[in-house]
Amino acid sequence: MPAYLQLVQQVRQAIRLGILQPGDQLPTVKEVVTSLTINPNTVLHAYRQLDFEGLIEGRRGVGTFVSADPVPPPPDELKSLRSSLERWVERARSAGLDDESIAGLVGDALRPSTVSRVA
Amino acid sequence: MSESPALRTTQLGKRYGATWALRDCTLDVPTGSVTALVGPNGAGKSTLLHLAIGLSRATTGTVEVLGRSPISEASAVLPRLGFVAQDHPLHKGLTVAEMLTYGRKLNPTWDDELARRRIDELGLPPSRKVGKLSGGQQAQVALTLALAKRPELLLLDEPVASLDPLARREFLNAVMEVVAEHGVTVILSSHIVAELERVCDHLITLTEGHPQLVGRIDEIVASHRLLTGPRSDPSSVARVHHVIRETHTDRQTTLLVRAGGHVYDTCWEQHEVDLEEIVLAYLGYRPGVASRAPAAREVVTS
Repeated sequence: MPAYLQLVQQVRQAIRLGILQPGDQLPTVKEVVTSLTINPNTVLHAYRQLDFEGLIEGRRGVGTFVSADPVPPPPDELKSLRSSLERWVERARSAGLDDESIAGLVGDALRPSTVSRVA
Repeated sequence: MSESPALRTTQLGKRYGATWALRDCTLDVPTGSVTALVGPNGAGKSTLLHLAIGLSRATTGTVEVLGRSPISEASAVLPRLGFVAQDHPLHKGLTVAEMLTYGRKLNPTWDDELARRRIDELGLPPSRKVGKLSGGQQAQVALTLALAKRPELLLLDEPVASLDPLARREFLNAVMEVVAEHGVTVILSSHIVAELERVCDHLITLTEGHPQLVGRIDEIVASHRLLTGPRSDPSSVARVHHVIRETHTDRQTTLLVRAGGHVYDTCWEQHEVDLEEIVLAYLGYRPGVASRAPAAREVVTS
């Protein structure tokens, strides 16, 4: 997966899980570059994409902020999803799967098309 | 993009005696990009960089840097370039402070404040002899000298090859910060691909003095596929896609292709392939074994 998409996903996920709240400031491009040793164009690309998706907004001369209304799922729904996932993980463990296999299975279910036989 | 590319070569060639160190090299490096120049030792990386900064003269073709000739318009071009040669040659007997004075006296556009601040941030004692510094610290001093010129184009010849992983990371970090702050265009040569994907957005591979793969890294990765299937003749695939590497076992054939569209043939299973594997395939690739796409100017817009 391209590096910029990895950044986009991390921010998106943080917003959905409420780790990033509306109005929170994102690090500057320079700060991201310094902490990750990554190409600034990659960071800019990621921020442009997030801006395009309406998740963040740049304020000229001030910085980049999480948009006021990024529509996270309602907290109740999130809680219920989490508890059913926990039950699922328990089931997988008792079926003898280790963490790596579980992660592999989840990853596989999320990306059904990485290995594709195109007809 | 209307402005001229940071580097443009046209049919560029350099011959040493009977050996062509670089031949038929036509490419553009867009302004603002961070370009990895990758190839095995002796592939022509240093030759290309030396031609770009006017250290040597082309045997054939032309090279333009920041829109000008680095030979006939050297006085207009050279102050705008920063160059760190392989193994960071410094005067080992001078102290760090003396090295900075040396840089200041030789360069009319020297930013002394930037140089001193960097040395200070790196925690290098100004009175220490350069030869007593670690390899990573020497590399940082060499980079500081190049950066204090406030270059528009920074050329780094194998900057991290001799450094340990931590020093490598610190060096690349310093380069990335300059790109973020000043929008410098960077070309860095390397024979190590692994850590370049994070820091570079464009790629040039050189094999035996000839560029094989030139373009944006994300486009390069997106356009290549690994196809595996039962052992078979790849000629039907080769009619549509450009086969870079084919390997066969008793039962299975694996092809690395530059896809000219979707792969429709159902007997092939396709996988994504990472940059390192693509580069390795090209470095082992000989034009003529599989046919090469016609080499028009291989431009990439940033």
